[in-house]
Amino acid sequence: MTLDRETISDRLATVGYVADRDLATALWLMDYLKRPLLLEGEAGVGKTEVAKALAALHDAELIRLQCYEGLDQNAALYEWNYQRQLLAIKAREGAGEDADKIEEHIFSEKYLLERPLLAAIRRDKPPVLLVDEVDRADEEFEAFLLELLSDFQVSIPELGTITARSIPRVVLTSNATRELSDALRRRCLYHYVDFPDVDREARIIVTRLPGIDIALAQQIARMAGAIRKEDLRKVPGVAETLDWAATLAGLDVHDLRQEPEAVHETLICLLKTHEDRSRLTRELTDRLLGKVA
Amino acid sequence: MEAQRHPEAIGPRTRRRLAGFVRTLRDNGFAVGLAETRDALAILSSPLALRPSSLKPALRALFCATHSDWEKFDEIFAAHWQGRGMRSAQAAGNIAASAPASLKRLPDSAAPRGELGPPDHVERRVGFEDDSSGDGRGRREGASRAENIAATDLRHVVAPEDVAATHALAERLARKMRARLVRRQAIRRRGRRLDLRRTIHRNISHGGTLMDLVWRRRKVKPLRLVMLLDASGSMSLYTAFFVRFLHGVVDTFREAEAFVFHTRLAHVSESLRDRNVTRAVERMALVAQGVGGGTRIGESLATFNRWHARRVINSRTAVMIVSDGYDTGEPEKLALEMQRLRRRCRRIVWLNPLIGWKDYTPQARGMQAALPYVDLFAPAHNIESLAALEPYLARI
Repeated sequence: MTLDRETISDRLATVGYVADRDLATALWLMDYLKRPLLLEGEAGVGKTEVAKALAALHDAELIRLQCYEGLDQNAALYEWNYQRQLLAIKAREGAGEDADKIEEHIFSEKYLLERPLLAAIRRDKPPVLLVDEVDRADEEFEAFLLELLSDFQVSIPELGTITARSIPRVVLTSNATRELSDALRRRCLYHYVDFPDVDREARIIVTRLPGIDIALAQQIARMAGAIRKEDLRKVPGVAETLDWAATLAGLDVHDLRQEPEAVHETLICLLKTHEDRSRLTRELTDRLLGKVA
Repeated sequence: MEAQRHPEAIGPRTRRRLAGFVRTLRDNGFAVGLAETRDALAILSSPLALRPSSLKPALRALFCATHSDWEKFDEIFAAHWQGRGMRSAQAAGNIAASAPASLKRLPDSAAPRGELGPPDHVERRVGFEDDSSGDGRGRREGASRAENIAATDLRHVVAPEDVAATHALAERLARKMRARLVRRQAIRRRGRRLDLRRTIHRNISHGGTLMDLVWRRRKVKPLRLVMLLDASGSMSLYTAFFVRFLHGVVDTFREAEAFVFHTRLAHVSESLRDRNVTRAVERMALVAQGVGGGTRIGESLATFNRWHARRVINSRTAVMIVSDGYDTGEPEKLALEMQRLRRRCRRIVWLNPLIGWKDYTPQARGMQAALPYVDLFAPAHNIESLAALEPYLARI
């Protein structure tokens, strides 16, 4: 099922993701060219959300693989259920079966534990496979992933080759802590996710917090944009802005200018290190408020 | 497949323009292969092509692979398809490749250093942070007979036989570093974990009683060392020595690459692979002509990042830069390139012979710009200081 670009854009909005046009195009191309999509961008710009929205929009299952250093095939692809295998060996030995038979039995599908990558190619309806923070995994894993992404089949020595029942839509995200291999990059479509501009962020706030005052959402978005321009150690992401908006709404704030006290106190939603907290002094907050509100 | 529905619909003129566009992208450092070109044709024949405004994001998603591609793309696209600013776009990626041969004026503080001669005889041994534990450091540089040379600042080694001894020491040190690395790995293999999958496989015939255990070993890959040696005028007193060190490193490490830079960067591993030191150094000098001029660290690093890094750097690579940090280029550029390099490799070690000088602080603007990205900033003014590096490298 291929949706056209406008439908993708509209449906993204209905599932609560406010996308820019370029992203909608990229998502459409994913289906059209059958390529994975590589998303890069600062932490907190909503890369993972894209995959969630994509799953919601196709009404598909989201299978997530969180990468980390030392991630290997056992954790990513499949593993045997050792406890059950041991039990089965014991039980069958008591019944007097010979070793070859037992071996055949315990290395059957019944004892196979699916891990995300295997699960993704064994679904009847194409799921969305999110390979999160792929830059944290080792290079070897990246090479393996590349192989899987081009063939969509895996071989399990004890069981044989498993071919994909359906081709999953694959989204990879990277925080650029390590340079990815050129081969992997070439295989993927690329989209750089930037912090949303003020209008889009305001729209995101309104979409996620339907009860909020539109003028307040605008103010919050402008303020968040201004704070991001400051020299901070950890730049607040969209999720933080949403937290902050929810907090302000909960405190019954309607106009940021009227309640600078509340603004300053609730900035802990946005600033997550001591250094940043002390950098944004009362005076600076007031000045920013004056500029944006 | 839908993508191949009607590529015939595209006229030969558009095809030619697309081919030209792909070529321009490649010239600007994009990794674009045949598969991408085919997919681009598919995009051009898709409903998207009806609206040019949506064509650009589509092609951008297809052709870009990195953030820097992403930033360059708009300009190149505009230049090619809308005929604007063509020249500037094509030049954008080629700055690094052009090698201006002219010698720029050195910064005032840096220029006379070499000519003025040594200020005074420096015997101070600067250990670096906690890495030199002090125990048995004297032994590490090898022969005890040469110990007095080891502690002498390299600028003051003048007698021919001393020079020869120093160079031999440098080579031996490079070899020892390699030996150390190997031993470290051997010890590490003791940390083992049980491999359940194989264990169960093997013990089926024992009725599942785990008698033969299969262990999993940690695979250890050798460290790859990439050395970038500054061979500019301000470093001239040390260059000869480090070239010997370079030769030793390339000769002993299985995976080592050597580069020499001044106003431009030269890849010298091949010429250094000659076992005969004198011949190797001569061949290297031919490759790296212009040794002894000014320095453009930023641009040399840019060349390195752009043309060599992909090939010679993996995540187990330590990059060792030997330079005094006197840069005639812009520090911003150097900082940017250091940042790029930092992302690719495991460690950056910056050896600066000037640290061994009395009261040295890294004042040079280039040095200041590069420091935030350096994992280890260490002296390299005598053999001892190099020997002190070894335990650090062994731990990487």
